[in-house]
Amino acid sequence: MNYRIGIDVGGTNTDAVILDDQFHLLAKQKSHTSQDIEAGIRNSLHQVLEESQIDRDQITHVMLGTTQCTNAIVERKRLSTVGVIRLAYPATMSVVPYTAWPEDLKEVLSGQYKVIHGGYEFNGEVLSEINESEIRDLLHSWKGKIDTVAVIGVFSSLKDDQEKQVETIVHQELGEQIPVSLSCEIGSLGLIERENATILNSALFGVIKTTAQGFEHALIAEGIHHAQIYLCQNDGTLMSLSFARKFPIFTIACGPTNSIRGASYLSKLQNAVVLDVGGTTSDIGVINKGFPRQSSTAVEIGGIRTNFRMPDIISIGLGGGSIIRKTDKGYTIGPDSVGYQITEKAKVFGGNTLTTTDIAVRLGKAEVGNQQFIADLPIEDAEQIYKQVGSTVAAAIDRMKNSAEEIQVILVGGGSIVVPSKIDGVSKIIRDENGDVANAIGACISQVSGQYEKIYIYDEIQREDAMQDAKYHAVNQAIKAGAQKESIQTVDVEEVPLAYYPGNANRIRIKVVGDLS
Amino acid sequence: MRYLNKQSIEDIALGASLLGAGGGGDPYIGKVTALSAVEQNGPVKLLDVNELPDDSLMISSSMMGAPSVQVEKFLNGNEYDRLMDKLARYLGEKFYATFPIEAGGINSIIPIAAASRLGIPMVDCDSMGRAFPELQMSTFSIYGIKATPLAITDEKGNIGIIDTIDNNWTEKIARAITDKMGAAASVCSFPIRGRDLKKSSVRNIVTYSENIGKTIREQSKKKSITVQALLDVTGGYHMFSGKITDVSRTTRSGFNYGKTVIDGIDEGKNQRAEILFQNENIVLKRNGKVVETAPDLICLVDLETLTPMTNEGLKYGKRVHILGLPCDPKWRTPKGIELVGPRYFGYDIDYVELEKLMEEKNKRSF
Repeated sequence: MNYRIGIDVGGTNTDAVILDDQFHLLAKQKSHTSQDIEAGIRNSLHQVLEESQIDRDQITHVMLGTTQCTNAIVERKRLSTVGVIRLAYPATMSVVPYTAWPEDLKEVLSGQYKVIHGGYEFNGEVLSEINESEIRDLLHSWKGKIDTVAVIGVFSSLKDDQEKQVETIVHQELGEQIPVSLSCEIGSLGLIERENATILNSALFGVIKTTAQGFEHALIAEGIHHAQIYLCQNDGTLMSLSFARKFPIFTIACGPTNSIRGASYLSKLQNAVVLDVGGTTSDIGVINKGFPRQSSTAVEIGGIRTNFRMPDIISIGLGGGSIIRKTDKGYTIGPDSVGYQITEKAKVFGGNTLTTTDIAVRLGKAEVGNQQFIADLPIEDAEQIYKQVGSTVAAAIDRMKNSAEEIQVILVGGGSIVVPSKIDGVSKIIRDENGDVANAIGACISQVSGQYEKIYIYDEIQREDAMQDAKYHAVNQAIKAGAQKESIQTVDVEEVPLAYYPGNANRIRIKVVGDLS
Repeated sequence: MRYLNKQSIEDIALGASLLGAGGGGDPYIGKVTALSAVEQNGPVKLLDVNELPDDSLMISSSMMGAPSVQVEKFLNGNEYDRLMDKLARYLGEKFYATFPIEAGGINSIIPIAAASRLGIPMVDCDSMGRAFPELQMSTFSIYGIKATPLAITDEKGNIGIIDTIDNNWTEKIARAITDKMGAAASVCSFPIRGRDLKKSSVRNIVTYSENIGKTIREQSKKKSITVQALLDVTGGYHMFSGKITDVSRTTRSGFNYGKTVIDGIDEGKNQRAEILFQNENIVLKRNGKVVETAPDLICLVDLETLTPMTNEGLKYGKRVHILGLPCDPKWRTPKGIELVGPRYFGYDIDYVELEKLMEEKNKRSF
């Protein structure tokens, strides 16, 4: 028998699970997320191994979904200094790199940048040729001042030759060991957003290195020597440690994605809405062919606008600890919450604050604390509040639906007891006893993916050929990330006609996924 | 006269995206361009049309081409310096001030960046009072004012001056040059005297955009957001509230055509609105009946934040208000309706003023 371990680091808890090769859950553990994150991971890992008593030599895969990169950006800590090379001159000088960045973050990254000759037009023609001596002089002046380099060229998501040439020159000038991020491998169209994501990726090289080392050491300390190690990405797929070392930015926001994927797995549903109810807020995401639907708008990370892929999730101020107040017009629910202090402050636990959990207990929907402590609340009032919770949830779910039809909802998370079992617009609510570790299960069952995006001019290339070309590149990406070639399937095709472009231009984006080889 | 600071620029960008009436694209890149220019060169002086000497010569600053190129290959920054210098030499006269050609997207903001760099004032007017897709769709065309001599440039330094027989030809030729320049180009067009600008422009559009933006910003900070504040500042009508249930799009000859279907919520339940768009929103139907058409403005705003929505950002499930805003009276002349009325966009519908349609509706409900 072979086994795999999934670990997911959340804001409050670090969860770990062990599955066998048939994906049966053998053991689960929750421990508090530690300040340094690493200790929490080690703790969960140790406990789940103790509980299952499996042969550690039979552990073949270990998956980690972690918030270390997100935390580093938010806290401005442990970030690498970055030299930013934008290939665009004479275009784009009106808005230089780091415009609209928080000043403190720019300072931490050393703020070194230069806009130099380079870039392409929308149709792949050269905007300006790159100038080798200009690049070498620039790198020479940066010697000793920067840890990493970020290269961003105009329209490099259509044609990446120049960025790759610059990468070679950087290694020649500053040495093979200096990490380089190329924007063509990180984001899509939209120079500023792609540049921001590329700079952040470079800034995270140091963080991902220590994260990866720490995790490897933890596994060795627990006697796991033969497992392949993966990190979770925010699109619900995995990357190998060596790939992750090049693309740390993709680990950001993998937590919500894992919980959506885990919920889908537990419920065996490929298309549904996932409602993850925590203590203070609930996250709502959409599962589409087994993967989270991605956001189509610019996403901010630590105050910086980026355009890289993120799951489309809305959060509402409703959780197990949401505070209920009486007003002249009726009751209000949240958005503030007693949070982790629920076991002291909620009425059923002897506290003075009325919370959503108290309502569930009053109505006999949940058995926690002492029901006697809440008996003074009139049952009609409790029912009214319960109904109100239902309509709040219904409105939020409705916003996320793909079509007007009724949809199934998978309910997970520690606060899920406060949600009524009948909600407008929802055909069925599915709960699972292991819903509390859906995120770690999501990490454990992840696949690997490849994605490709390009503008094709249909007057020059047939639509069919364009689709084939995009798919070919996406499949290669997936294989590079560790996918088994035979298992690769296309999960998403997006075709957007572009207004004002000559020649019937269309942007095609194709995403494929496959099983781990 | 007053100065535009950074907050003004934020507000103008936000407010103008409402006046884009679904078109104009994301104003973000225009906004950061203007903010960067003002940071380097100082705030911009905004002049009322009445403050212009009759004989002074003004010029519009705008961008032509694909918004999706403009987010990737944006300005060097010196484009308008070179354009105005070249055109002034061609005309033998310096420009007194610049102004926006339209409200909505990048073009509502670009003149601020140009004015800041050149140290000249910007005039509080435009030539549409909203956004439209083609160059000749300008109130100046109603008054027979030509867009040329017009100067067009790319970021590399190539400049063209074109002088045409009418504004339809200007649109055709400038569009062709734009393609060669990489599907995005900078343009200085409509050299115009103070006296003509007083007669033919849509006045106070910058201040109007700013007030709209400010209202949205202030509302979004409040606990309970009401659309009424936005109606008060625009003199517009609340047409419908609902949830987007379908968006279909196709591209033909360089334009986005499409239809947005919105199903009613709350008191509008069981009602349906449809918007036909061609970059900008052109026709609004409620329960199959036409209730508003261009040139009046059909605008969508997010139900919760009042943030204006452009057509490329629409998707299923978004909850929106539809607002109807009256257009500038100049568009309601026979010549104006010919230029931008529903028939120009290929719809077999007579233009009826929004206020009249609303009156009829109210009569029917009594």
